[in-house]
Amino acid sequence: MLKDITIGQYFPGQSIVHRLDPRYKIIITLTYIIMLFAAAKIPSLIPGVIFAVTALILSRIPFSLIGKSLKPIIPLIIFTTILNLFLYDGDPVIKIGFIEIAYDAIETSIMTIIRVIFLIAGTSLLTYTTSPIMLTDAIESLLAPLKKINFPVHDLAMMMTIALRFIPTIIEETDKIMNAQKARGANIETGSLAQRAKAMVTILIPLFVSAVKRAGELALAMECRCYRGDVGRTRMKQLKSGAKDYIAIILTMAFLALVFVLNFAFRNLELF
Amino acid sequence: MEKFISVQNLSFEYEAIDPDEKPTEILHNISLEIKRGEFVAILGHNGSGKSTLSKHFNGILLPTKGDVIIDGINTKDEEKLYELRQKVGMVFQNPDNQLVATIVEDDVAFALENLGVEPNEMRSRVDEALKSVKMYDFRLHSPHQLSGGQKQRVAIAGIIAMRPECIVLDEPTAMLDPVGRKQVLKTVRKLNREFGITIIMITHFMDEAANADRVVVIDNGRILADNSPKKIFSHVEAMRNAGLDVPQVTELCYELKKAGYDIKGDIITEAECIDALEKLLK
Repeated sequence: MLKDITIGQYFPGQSIVHRLDPRYKIIITLTYIIMLFAAAKIPSLIPGVIFAVTALILSRIPFSLIGKSLKPIIPLIIFTTILNLFLYDGDPVIKIGFIEIAYDAIETSIMTIIRVIFLIAGTSLLTYTTSPIMLTDAIESLLAPLKKINFPVHDLAMMMTIALRFIPTIIEETDKIMNAQKARGANIETGSLAQRAKAMVTILIPLFVSAVKRAGELALAMECRCYRGDVGRTRMKQLKSGAKDYIAIILTMAFLALVFVLNFAFRNLELF
Repeated sequence: MEKFISVQNLSFEYEAIDPDEKPTEILHNISLEIKRGEFVAILGHNGSGKSTLSKHFNGILLPTKGDVIIDGINTKDEEKLYELRQKVGMVFQNPDNQLVATIVEDDVAFALENLGVEPNEMRSRVDEALKSVKMYDFRLHSPHQLSGGQKQRVAIAGIIAMRPECIVLDEPTAMLDPVGRKQVLKTVRKLNREFGITIIMITHFMDEAANADRVVVIDNGRILADNSPKKIFSHVEAMRNAGLDVPQVTELCYELKKAGYDIKGDIITEAECIDALEKLLK
């Protein structure tokens, strides 16, 4: 049952979006987030929306998959919209009984909804099209300048790699321990919340013990394979950037510039 | 054959937590020589010190007394530690806890990355290592998609990629099913015969030890016997006293001999046993 959980949500493929250099993909995603938040008026959001939709079509990721990642945030969207609508001061344009809604409130609400939806859709696209290991490599490479101030970039990346490597192993182990405890009569799935929380202890303790043991053995195996941190290390898979990456980043910057142009052009816009 | 590993009067003890107590001695005055290209099995029951001994071959543990010299390098020489670890690779019991990367080929490359090998050279060495353990077709899989035997072979490939002269395997088949055990043993034998890699295999499976050129029996931190498998297993009573079994076929022949039948006492493989029984029945 626990095996069904997918982490990293990577959706393998060969599209242009998949093949972009992961370092550029991270920078492009960050620029895209700026694009969404730099927009001051509704029309300025259009470049961001077009950008995301184009990337999604190019990636050949099914729309339903993006829909899935949006589902959990629906309550959040509703909640923020309600807050935005009623707690915003200004000249009321709509009056229903004692409820007064200002123009600014409507504008802010619409923009927040679009921003949140496209923020999640765009960033999920990054994890859908990039394998976790590629992301880790890219983060290590992008953070490399921080090594100068003694920030442990390599150690951080190694920790992420090992965590990713052991997620399936630990999930499998959790399953085994749960079954073992159930076979001994442990009641994990029924009872009050407090009782179930208490029952979890019987799973967590063996799990922690075994994880610590694993860590010790892994460290030994790594030492036997001459691991000594970042000293004189090379990589088999070099990250390579090419024309497609440069074009992609230039296009992204052009879209960002467009946002600022639109911001300026529609600075006095009132829709109604 | 020239000598490759030389263990000289090695003693090893763990310090007691309480300073007033005496330290626990695990290994006592062990001397051992292993030649280049040999296939040595180290036998012993749980707690005999066989794993502790194996960890001395690449400087994970250092002797309390005595020396371990590998191809002219003393394991106490810290400057040559990485040269030593490259010469003597180690494979452990649990295949899951040895694989670092999320993709098979990345894991095989791990040691080479640590050693700073050129990326192109690395690529060819990784492919070569994966082919020699017959795991090349699985190079893009992630470790959790593999069976235990396959994972253990990937772990071996990760060591072979370093081009070691010797591989120490600490109970490499203890957690595997019979199919996985067979695959791993076949791979180990091939590495020994075809590539001339010195193999030291720690085990408590007697039939695995019967495959070796030489068997060293450890009991209570001391070497009890050191001889060819045939000679070792023919002393059935002595083995039992050390808390060890002999291969099933050896035991069968031993019991038959004891019951008065005319059968050889140094039979260790199934084929030999079948021959002997046929002769006996005629």
